[in-house]
Amino acid sequence: MSGEIKHEWPLFEVFVRAKRGLNHVHVGSLRAADHEMALHHARDLYTRRNEGVSIWVVKSDDVVASGPDDKDAFFGPSGDKAYRHPTYYAIPDSVPHI
Amino acid sequence: MSEQVFEATIAKDQRIEPRDWMPEGYRKTMIRQIAQHAHSEIIGMQPEGAWITRAPSLRRKAILLAKVQDEAGHGLYLYSAAETLGADRGDLTRRLIEGRQKYSSIFNYPTLTFADVGVIGWLVDGAAICNQVPLCRSSFGPYARAMIRICKEESFHQRQGYELLMTMMRGTPAQREMVQDAVNRWWWPSLMMFGPPDAESPNTAQSMAWKIKRHTNDELRQRFVDMSVPQAGALGVTLPDGDLRWNAEREHYDFGEIDWSELKRVISGDGPMNRERIAHRRRADEQGAWVREAAAAHAAKRQGVPA
Ligand SMILES: [Fe+2]
Ligand SMILES: [Fe+2]
Repeated sequence: MSGEIKHEWPLFEVFVRAKRGLNHVHVGSLRAADHEMALHHARDLYTRRNEGVSIWVVKSDDVVASGPDDKDAFFGPSGDKAYRHPTYYAIPDSVPHI
Repeated sequence: MSEQVFEATIAKDQRIEPRDWMPEGYRKTMIRQIAQHAHSEIIGMQPEGAWITRAPSLRRKAILLAKVQDEAGHGLYLYSAAETLGADRGDLTRRLIEGRQKYSSIFNYPTLTFADVGVIGWLVDGAAICNQVPLCRSSFGPYARAMIRICKEESFHQRQGYELLMTMMRGTPAQREMVQDAVNRWWWPSLMMFGPPDAESPNTAQSMAWKIKRHTNDELRQRFVDMSVPQAGALGVTLPDGDLRWNAEREHYDFGEIDWSELKRVISGDGPMNRERIAHRRRADEQGAWVREAAAAHAAKRQGVPA
């Protein structure tokens, strides 16, 4: 019987908002038959001690991620743009509040 | 190129993440270690779970239930970490119930009295904490992050056990005797939780080089002994080792020779409870199959996809 049906439910990624004012943060993954069950399992698995006030679940298959090989193409170009940072600009110490 | 990046990341004490290039040996070692750890948490529910219905008060029942539920959670965090390396959760469960993957030897001992619940919290969770705190800095990111969650929860496990024992020690002579008897049975198996002595642990050097492991088995075992002796004193129990004494020169406690043949026997499947633990896990898997299948069929139906 179980030979025909896949042993595992799909994988979901879980994000928890620790408290009001903070972003949802990835906390791990779990297996569930559908989104509703994923939410319930996430509650039981990741928030047993008031770790959160809100949960997102996303099917892992639906996550599109940059890979380690994309690192240079993605993040390299910002390396030589020091002028995007405030410390790039020399302002005399005598000028207040800037 | 990718090997250089891997080595440099380890050298800088940074974490390896699932999609990074890694040596095959590192991946295999990591999957095996995480899986064995996950299996230990899951099988580890059984010795204490057996006492949930017989806990002596509603308070103790609620505490024990919460603790056993935590252990289930630890298993699931860890299976989730193993899956980031391409392992399959169902496959890992089958490896466990077919005896192809191991779990901690400690869970192959029986829990004879309620004092065992306290001693497991104090000594077994205490030893687990010694092992797990350094693993929070393990080089594989998902494993280290799972360990941080787990360590936060373990402290409650150890304290509820010790508090349970303190309560029993304030009770009748028979209750105190029960605590001492449990300590006598669990002390040596707890020392064995740290694994074989360094001289007989061939994989330690590579695991240390990869920063999967941060201390050797013997270092952690010594740390555990040093922590436990004063705790035993405060509780008023005797640790069952005639050779246990403070060594002022080493600034550590000396302790007696561990019966390594017992550890070998229990690890290879011949401990007092090995067969029962695996049979129980297999039964739970088989009896839960229809629930998993029904839930999957229900989800497929609601999505309008034939199951
Ligand atoms: Fe645990
Ligand atoms: Fe625990």
